[in-house]
Amino acid sequence: MGIVSPGFAGRRRTDDRLPPGQFRTEDFPVLSAGPTPRVPLEQWRFTITSELGREYAWTWPELLALPSDSATVDLHCVTGWSKLGTGWQGVSLDVLFEEVETAAEYAMVHSYGGYTTNLPLQDLLDGQSWIAYRFDGDDLAPEHGGPARLLVPHLYLWKSAKWVRGITLMDQDEPGFWEAAGYHIYGDPWLEQRYQGD
Amino acid sequence: MARAALSGRLTWRTATLVDSRWETGTARTLVLRVPGWPGHLAGQHVDVRLTAEDGYTARRSYSVAAPANGELVELTVQRVDDGEVSPYLTDVLPVDARIELRGPVGGWFVWRPANPRPVLLVAGGSGIVPLMAMVRARGQAGDRTPFRLIYSVRTPEQVYYAQELREARRAGLDVALVYTRTAAEGTRRPPGRITADDLARDGWPAEFQPDCYVCGPTGFVEVVADLLTGLGHDPASIRTERFGPTGG
Repeated sequence: MGIVSPGFAGRRRTDDRLPPGQFRTEDFPVLSAGPTPRVPLEQWRFTITSELGREYAWTWPELLALPSDSATVDLHCVTGWSKLGTGWQGVSLDVLFEEVETAAEYAMVHSYGGYTTNLPLQDLLDGQSWIAYRFDGDDLAPEHGGPARLLVPHLYLWKSAKWVRGITLMDQDEPGFWEAAGYHIYGDPWLEQRYQGD
Repeated sequence: MARAALSGRLTWRTATLVDSRWETGTARTLVLRVPGWPGHLAGQHVDVRLTAEDGYTARRSYSVAAPANGELVELTVQRVDDGEVSPYLTDVLPVDARIELRGPVGGWFVWRPANPRPVLLVAGGSGIVPLMAMVRARGQAGDRTPFRLIYSVRTPEQVYYAQELREARRAGLDVALVYTRTAAEGTRRPPGRITADDLARDGWPAEFQPDCYVCGPTGFVEVVADLLTGLGHDPASIRTERFGPTGG
């Protein structure tokens, strides 16, 4: 047990949907490192680039024409808040990867504005992630990553790259933006993998 | 977007409160002694962990308010009335009591004295805290980098570090206060939210290519970052840090 702080009682966690060290919020706080990029839809592209350099690209109308899922998921931010039962609509990465030929094990996700984040490719597949473009029934607002963001809710939310632009497949894992700044390379909230070495 | 700095593994350390002072009626600066503290950069934050007698713990992140000073780490905590952690830190934690702390965290929202570019700091409310660490780091290093601070607050009573900012002003720091509800006596600008005019008048022209640091509540940061981009500042030169309403 840690050092006891005299007189601290705290509020007990009453919800088993909350990972260790998280508290519940009803708001939707925003965290990002710079200004919100504005991406005109007619210029928007989403690209998957294989480890051999082959590109698979979708325009905005092409993305919207793909079959989409509705997903209700819990979000866990490394700064400590969790937002439970959020409703999203988007295209499963399984759909986008259907025609992609790859033997790579890792992915680097790129955003408009320059943000990057890395994760194992298998964490993007099998119904675990989406390119999401609607939140709670509305178009996804720019400050929350609109027009489209990656949604990979089983990892801390910094992995769910806002303003997503593409995915580059890699044979070797490499750190993205926050991962290179001392945050955990994988980021499982249930193992409380906040920072490097956790 | 440039790469941020790499840091090593972070361990929880015992922190003893050695001194404290009120900055406003609801914001308290805590001076903590943390044996083995590795030092930090202006703008970084730390995680604080509190443990109750039955072993229950709660953790929150707080920005560091002052540059590295041996084993001493200064935080300024704003009381959030329905918060779980901040009311304890502001109103209960006694001197000589211990909490746990780990860090420093964050290698992006930082300022280093060697950086020659002019600096614009834009604070909303308690967002002043990491920016004050930058102001103090500049002063401590005897650095001559041109700094301008634009600080938006509701009322004069809510200004943190008021005396120190007055002194820093006399020592050449440009400080502009933007009052949103009630202006201080003798202020010409009528109270109101920050505008492009405020940023153009009290900031740097975009041609000077300043590094801009913006910290405050989400809505404030969104507005200011957009206004700066609109004034011609390179988005890559604007670094933001946002305090959600739930920092409790």
